Order: sequence, then structure tokens, then C-alpha cells
Amino acid sequence: MSNKLIFELSSDGRTGYRFPDLDVPAAPLEESVSTSLLRNSKPELPEVSEVDIIRHYTSLAKRNFGVDAGFYPLGSCTMKYNPKINEDVGGFSGFTSIHPLQSEESVQGYLEMLYETIKSLSEITGMKWGTLQPYAGAHGEFTGMKLFKSYFKKKGDKKRTKILVPTSAHGTNPASARISGFQVEEITADERGLVSIENLKEHLSDEVAGIMLTNPNTLGLFEKDIIEIARLVHEAGGLLYYDGANMNAIMGKVRPGDMGFDVIHLNLHKTMSTPHGGGGPGAGPVFVSDRLIDFLPAPDVGKDGDRYYFDYDKPHTMGRVSGFYGNMAVLVRAYTYIITMGSDGLQKASEYAVLNANYLKEKLKTTYHLYYDTVCMHEFVLSAKKMKEEFGISALDIAKGLLDYGVHPPTIYFPLIVPEAMMIEPTETESKETLDSFVDAMLEIYKTAKENPEILHEAPLNTAVRRVDEVLAAKHPILKWKPE
Amino acid sequence: MNIPGDLKYTEGHEWIRVEGKIAFIGITDHAQHELGDIVYVELPEVDTEIDSKEEATNIESVKAAAPVYSPVSGNIVKINEELEDNSELINSDAYGSYIFAVEMSDASELDGLMDAAAYKEFLEKE
Repeated sequence: MSNKLIFELSSDGRTGYRFPDLDVPAAPLEESVSTSLLRNSKPELPEVSEVDIIRHYTSLAKRNFGVDAGFYPLGSCTMKYNPKINEDVGGFSGFTSIHPLQSEESVQGYLEMLYETIKSLSEITGMKWGTLQPYAGAHGEFTGMKLFKSYFKKKGDKKRTKILVPTSAHGTNPASARISGFQVEEITADERGLVSIENLKEHLSDEVAGIMLTNPNTLGLFEKDIIEIARLVHEAGGLLYYDGANMNAIMGKVRPGDMGFDVIHLNLHKTMSTPHGGGGPGAGPVFVSDRLIDFLPAPDVGKDGDRYYFDYDKPHTMGRVSGFYGNMAVLVRAYTYIITMGSDGLQKASEYAVLNANYLKEKLKTTYHLYYDTVCMHEFVLSAKKMKEEFGISALDIAKGLLDYGVHPPTIYFPLIVPEAMMIEPTETESKETLDSFVDAMLEIYKTAKENPEILHEAPLNTAVRRVDEVLAAKHPILKWKPE
Repeated sequence: MNIPGDLKYTEGHEWIRVEGKIAFIGITDHAQHELGDIVYVELPEVDTEIDSKEEATNIESVKAAAPVYSPVSGNIVKINEELEDNSELINSDAYGSYIFAVEMSDASELDGLMDAAAYKEFLEKE
């Protein structure tokens, strides 16, 4: 396979197109565009034939790895299969051919879809209402933090500048709180791997705006004391933020609204099976409790009789977080998933996600070190600490070794509270056969680690790109191709 | 494990070398080992007031980003600018590569820190 960039395949004058004859009189460009806006040199675009370009991108596509290609047990970031009916519905011309500036009367179906999506997700999360505007999970977190700010501003409470974030929270939480202007204070985990109530009590004060939690947490453990946590935070005058990254574990079983949360974001590209990765497009809708409903971003989606409309009449709104109204194409796919699954189907999805994770955990825990040995939710965390001490094999080596078995590695080195962490989330769609072949791969890797560790130091051996130099990539990235 | 006897230590794996009123702060050999190859050190700004246990800066490795807390209160008087382009110095010489230095406003805060023996014991328990 060629490793050349499309630019390196270029040959002067070669083309893969032929323009039709002009059927209007030719006119010099300078007559219609100011010369100050015209470029003087020709753009450096690759000049290739049609077959060159097809082979180039087909070759790249073959190297791609996604859920459609194989098992993808990436913890903390549910990489579930995206049913193809989502694509069918997403491709309806009623969705693909409309324009954001069309009159509301002409896009009633689209508005109904938005309204019903908010309604369904509010029910699933147990919240009052929400917004579909945020473009991604972190954007949802930002929106949630700004909702906290709007709430305290209206109350005239200026002292609350701190956000508490447990060590088992989702990785983006501290960053989101920080960028929204809060100071972050870390809450420790206790010996169960759950939020330490004692430590929480020590941190609560009239300077705390709230807490950001993931439940189940990033260890895949359900925060059993959540009702107590919610009571303590609310009594101290704070609010609770739920990071929906792990919602795949609890659909139809327990609702963040019932646990006492005030804001939640969902990652539709995780839980609701919309395309994931490549930097987007994502969707991180936000839902709120009674306390925060007045502050939701405008416009809201409203319904008056049979008519749907964008509602701008929100005197206390925190403002817009999207130029128009979110990543609409993603929302259609999520809505399709919700209505094709139904409430029973979503509940089953969570049940199987948890069952599959526990199956893998039990099969692997006698060989690999399980840090918190208890029933897990949709994911669990193994540690390679002992293997590193005994065989010199790290979580990174194991992850690279898995590539040779055609498996996407789990998340490694997160959460930070587990040394040499490997965070495994199989998701609900995987069959017992797939799970068993993953177990076999992991057991073989353990054997290799014990008998021939040098093989794993070299891994991956059979991929298009072998082990990359992470230090070089981080310190001296080549971000732009330049002709020699 | 390399734990020099003339330094003080924190549970967050920072080391402190005291020279008069100035405390030089870095991360321990254990910390650099756990983080792996360090690719970026965000240096704090000179002449900023900092409280003890307040986050002073961040270190990024190929595995993770880790906060560095100031063990003492005072004014940041010096930063190790060499780390800006040569972050790997922390990997090769953790105790020779301070990150920032604080002019202490309350030297009694040092009393709460661990000595080498206590830190060694702490590491073994962890």
C-alpha cells in the first residue's frame, strides 16, 4: 500500500475532469471580482486522474477501523453500533433539503421531530425540559455551567465560585468548569471507588456552586450514595450536574432527575447511536430540573395546538449556544434510534450493555488485575500494574498488542485513580462469540507478556502503521505538508 | 526509588527544596515515572500570589495531564524557563529540574510536609 499523500501523487496537468463547453459568453474574472481579492499564484491543489483519486481514498478507507469493522470496547466513550435505519431516516429529503432560514410553517415536520426528541429525552432522563442546541458533550457541559451561573446571578449570589469534581468524574468535567470561570476542587474516591462522603462534606460551603458527577462513574461503578450526595449539595445551596457519558448503563432503570440532578447533558453520539468520532458532528443536548428551566438557551422549541415553533420569549435565558439549532442531522438519527428501540428496547440495551461488561470482567479478572472487584455497570477497569512490575508490560503494550488481533484497544491510563488503567466497555450489541474472542485475545496477550515480552514491546506488528513515537508526535507534530 | 534526604515531599508527589525564604518546587522521580514521557510543562507566571494547596501549573505527558500544587503560600518569584523547550529534563533529572519557586509567606507550612523517610513509607503504602 502506498503511504503517499494525495499531494505527492500529483503530476502537472493531469486531471480527472472535463468541463463541458461554455454555453454563455466568456468574461474575464477581473470584471466581476475586484483584483485585490484575486490570487496571483495558482492554488497548490493535487492534479490526479480519477482512478488515482479513487485508489488513494479506497486505500485509506480500508485502513480505517470503526464499529462497522470490528470490536471496539472503548471505555468512557460508548462506541456502539449505529443501526443503518438511522441513516435511511437521516437521508429523507424533508430533512436534508431544508434551510435553516425557511419559514416555520414550511418545516413543521422538522420542528415536530425536535420537539418530540426533547420530550423523549426529558422522559428518559427524568428532567423537566431541555435544549438540543449544544454541538457536543463538552459544549453541553459548558452550557450546563453557564446555567449554574445564570441561576446564581438571578439569586444575587456572587460567592459561589467553586465546582467540585470527583476523581472518578468524566475527564472533561474539570476543563468545562474551568473554562466557564469556576475554580475546580477535587473530591476523592473512597476504598469502594465511590465519592467519599466525608471528603465531600469537608468541601461543601457557601462558595460551592455545585458538583459535576458521572453516575455510574468512570470506574463503571454506580454511586450508591447519590441521594445523600444530592441532599448534601442542595442543603449547602449548590446544584448538581450529571455528565451523561455513562447513560448507556441506566436507560429505563434509573433517571438522573430522580437522583436529584439539576442539569444533565447527553452524548447522543454515545448513548443514542449517532455517528461518533472524527471530531464530530456530535450532539450534547442539555436537560434541566425545575430550578433551571427559565434559564435554558433560546430559542426553545414550543408547541401550540398542532403548530410547532421556535420560542424566543425567554426573559431569563442564558442566551444562544448554537447559531441555528444544533446539529440537526445528528438529532434526526438519535430520534430514529429512540423511536425504533422504544422504551422496552432502550431498557434492554442498557441491560445487555451491563451484562456484557460483567461477562468480560468475570472472564478476565483471574488473569488481569481488577481494581475494584464488584458488580460493574456498562464498563470496568483493569490494571496492568502487576504485569508492568513482573513482565515489564504496560497498559500501552497490551493496547498495542490488541491491534494485532483486529480489536480496537480499550481506553488506557484513564481514570487516573487506577495505575496502568484499561477501561473496557463492550456495549450491548456484541454477541457472546465476539466477547469470547476478545477474552481469548486478552489471554493470549497475557501469555505473550509472560513468555515473550519483547514481542509486545514491538506491537503492533501487522498494522499499516507500526507503533508511533508519541513524544515526537506531541512535541514536534507536522501539521502541514510542504512541497520539497 | 530515588528519594533524596534533603528535600520535603507532599502526598501529591511534589518535592520542595528550601533555600532561605525561597521554596523550589518540582515533581518526584516516582511522579515522573508514573506520568511517563513528559511533553509539555505549563509554567506559572512570575509574581503571582499563590495559596498552599492551590493548583500552580500543569504537566502533560503522553499518558495524562497532571496538576502541580503549590505546597506553600507566597509569591512565585522564579520559574524554570528551560522546561519550556526541554520538558524531558523532568524525566531525566526530576530533582534537578524545579518547576517554580515561591517566596514563602508562612514557613511553618513546611512542618506539614513529609521528609524522605515518610515519603518512602507513603509510596510503599500507595
